[in-house]
Amino acid sequence: MTTLTGHRFGWSMLPLPVSIAIAHLRARRRQSAVSILGVALGVGFFIAISGMMHGFQHYFLVQIVESTPHVLITDEYRAPPAQPLEVLEPHAALDLRRVVARDPVRGIANAQAILDALQSMPGLEAAPALRGQGLLRRAGRDYGVTVLGIRPEREAKATQLAGEMVAGRLDALDAATDGVILGTGLAAKMAIGMGDSVLLASPTGGTARLRVVGLFKTGIEQLDTGQIYVQLAKQQAVQGRPRVINEIRVRLADVARSIPVADALERRFGYKAAPWEETNSRVLSVFQLQNVIIYMTTGAILVVAGFGIFNIISTVVLEKARDIAILRSVGMPPATVTRIFIVEGLVVGLIGMLVGWVVAVGIAEALRMIPAPGSTDPTQTLRVDTSPLSFAIAGGIALATSILAAWLPASRAARIDPLTIIRGAV
Amino acid sequence: MPGAVMEGVVEMERGLRAVDLVRLLPGPVPTVLVDGVSLTIRPGALAAITGPSGSGKSSLLYLLGLLDRPTSGEVLVDGAPTTGLDSATCDRLRLERFGFVFQFHFLLPEFSVLDNVLVPMRELGALSGAGMRNRALEILDSLGMAEQADKLPAQLSGGQRQRTAVARALANDPPFILADEPTGALDTRNAAAVFEILHGLARAGRTVAVVTHDAGLAATAPQRFHLVDGRLVTVPQPA
Repeated sequence: MTTLTGHRFGWSMLPLPVSIAIAHLRARRRQSAVSILGVALGVGFFIAISGMMHGFQHYFLVQIVESTPHVLITDEYRAPPAQPLEVLEPHAALDLRRVVARDPVRGIANAQAILDALQSMPGLEAAPALRGQGLLRRAGRDYGVTVLGIRPEREAKATQLAGEMVAGRLDALDAATDGVILGTGLAAKMAIGMGDSVLLASPTGGTARLRVVGLFKTGIEQLDTGQIYVQLAKQQAVQGRPRVINEIRVRLADVARSIPVADALERRFGYKAAPWEETNSRVLSVFQLQNVIIYMTTGAILVVAGFGIFNIISTVVLEKARDIAILRSVGMPPATVTRIFIVEGLVVGLIGMLVGWVVAVGIAEALRMIPAPGSTDPTQTLRVDTSPLSFAIAGGIALATSILAAWLPASRAARIDPLTIIRGAV
Repeated sequence: MPGAVMEGVVEMERGLRAVDLVRLLPGPVPTVLVDGVSLTIRPGALAAITGPSGSGKSSLLYLLGLLDRPTSGEVLVDGAPTTGLDSATCDRLRLERFGFVFQFHFLLPEFSVLDNVLVPMRELGALSGAGMRNRALEILDSLGMAEQADKLPAQLSGGQRQRTAVARALANDPPFILADEPTGALDTRNAAAVFEILHGLARAGRTVAVVTHDAGLAATAPQRFHLVDGRLVTVPQPA
């Protein structure tokens, strides 16, 4: 009796609706366990899958941020300047033929002054470049490439190119006026290596024979197979645009400030200054879509788990009509009856959430052992970023779904007329 | 009689009183459950409500216990009118002042005997945890059920379950005990024992009303009311 008494005492220490709710769930262990498992799997997969997605996105963003300028100033304007005719006759309806739109000579005017101004700003490194199209010719075959004429010593400070070199050094460009640095992908495609020579031709007809002095690898296919670096002066000569630059590549000490800094630079210099978020907006919008899909899919598991809870509590309400009748007849108000079944949903949700957290850690650990697809490094495994926030969000959704799923049957329980049940039993 | 004098008299009155109580079940043709019943059940002596099946005796008991509301008429609890009370107040009154025993015990199957008796006390919350336990064990002891305190209802005999139901009805020490066919599902020996318990509760000063089919048991009641077709056909017999 003593041990039982101790047990009883603990049992009745809980608020009445809670102990009745727990008694109901204990009486249906298997059904309760299935409902809890539903919530747990929902929570677990929600956290693990969203963690994997965030890990992948984070990895990808780091690659982008490391390999591209944080802010790119180009020789363009946000709003193209008005054509002379539009200025002259803003409201006219004229029929003019063979008009060639006025297009001033491209290139950043006053480039040196702008560069000097940028250099004086703290937390910011800037590198000039002339970007143009070109053809690399080798063994009778042409390869279309984007050619960047750079100043290696500035480029080293403004981008991560120096760190991405896998053969040769960035400053080799300084020493060799005919030097070219290309991506490993392109080198493999062209079957050339260090010291080999290639012919570069520009659309304007300029040509130059170049010698490979370095190879880089960013991990971004587009760059590794389609971008080459030459000396700025060489590029200007090949493109026939002496002393012209059309890009200023800016790197910030704090990458998070890219948008306000870009805004400020654009306002000050007039040229379009695009933060990396804008340059890569397509990737970011794909990420957003990806997020929506993943959250909807994993959220759906939690909603389905909610149906499980709805199911068990509806069954309990039907089975327990007599209990509800007696509780109402001894004076338990309908609100307390509702509370019993809401607590049942909440208990399932709460245990499901806790078990789900453990499941999430397990799935995340398992995923971290899977080799990252497409990676050349065999030791590289999937990156899974599970944050406390994702645990909180998944837990919050689980609890909210549980309460919502319990609400309908619970409010039906409160509407049970005790007399109907008591009369029916006689 | 002037209202003030009437009120004065009413305030002094203890027990349950029905005044011209009518209960209709709405429908295309309304069913008359209780048809103009007036009666007074006084404390101190058991009251038996008898009548054939469908005569409205259970319906009358539910009206007296505030489980149901009359179509017209009035129920006075210790002289206080109950018409117009909201359902929350009725819930509270039932919790504090009424104990119910039904033909079927209606015990919570997952709860032990002791936990079942604790239910009304925990809902009321007037005593401490230890206080509630002690009182519940006292009640069970007085009904010879102390040994069964930790058993589940499924482990009890019919008579023991009904005693547990009586113990639960007594949990909050209510002045009114209403029993609806409490012996209906019991054998003769157990029925007599439960009836004797109810007699004892009445003798201790409670107002106890019992609906029963059993003429023999009803005959032992000092107050008797007989219903036919919802109407009271005999007057109370003073003890």
